[in-house]
Amino acid sequence: MRNVSALLAGALFGLGLWASGMTNTAKVQGWLDVLGNWDATLAFVLGGAILPMLLAWRLTKGRRPALGGNFPSRPDTVLDARLIGGSALFGAGWVLVGLCPGPALASLSYGGVEGLVFLAAMSVGMIGVNFTRREVVPA
Amino acid sequence: MTGLHFDWLWGLAGGLTIGVAAAMYLLINGRIMGASGILGGLLAWEGHRSPYERLAFIVGLVGAPALALFLQGVQLPTPQAFTGITSDSAVILAGGLLVGIGTRMANGCTSGHGVCGMSRFSQRGFAAVATFLAAGMATMAILRHGLGLI
Repeated sequence: MRNVSALLAGALFGLGLWASGMTNTAKVQGWLDVLGNWDATLAFVLGGAILPMLLAWRLTKGRRPALGGNFPSRPDTVLDARLIGGSALFGAGWVLVGLCPGPALASLSYGGVEGLVFLAAMSVGMIGVNFTRREVVPA
Repeated sequence: MTGLHFDWLWGLAGGLTIGVAAAMYLLINGRIMGASGILGGLLAWEGHRSPYERLAFIVGLVGAPALALFLQGVQLPTPQAFTGITSDSAVILAGGLLVGIGTRMANGCTSGHGVCGMSRFSQRGFAAVATFLAAGMATMAILRHGLGLI
């Protein structure tokens, strides 16, 4: 059941990314290009995605996940160098190509060899960081 | 490529779909829908709970747009399946490595910190989003408007 539900959530996520324009690198770069021809579409994407999640987090109060277990605990509010440094590296890489991890996967079927190379490089980067810390934090 | 026209409607509709997916993954599976966490955790494999749950998610994520493309023969008014990705392999490799390293270090990307983190008013989520947006905009300003490289 968990896998079926994960498959469906992944499928919806992929359709949303495709439909929203998040897999179009020019739109993503345009969103980050405040000095140029700024494209505000991504604000609608992020805003639209946050709305159902505001409700979802409310629904978690006093309940358990439908398939058992526990909801993820609140993250520590510690803002550390890893978070800020990592996010800065991510932002720079994101704008270079115009793809972040979700869209890199969602566009695999139409991103050509270039998309495949990007996904491979991204995976190598992830594996590299995984190696530096043995105790891994679950998603 | 420019302006909003109907793009904002597609953006909003797609965004809502992404949010429903995240809500579903949270309320049913009890998990944060973060693309970098799901993939990064799968790539760590050992020491991780539920690799098959992660794999199933990724199969859906890759498969659904592929299926949608396949069905597009019916001429629905759908947005383009188009990445317009650069053909400069050095840029692709650098970008991919930076995204992989950065999101793993920060424990999240646009979906994890942006969609799931900010919606629960997580300080870490807000800090991560502010940082990657600022870094992205600064990098764009330097590389496109300063050096004319991208």
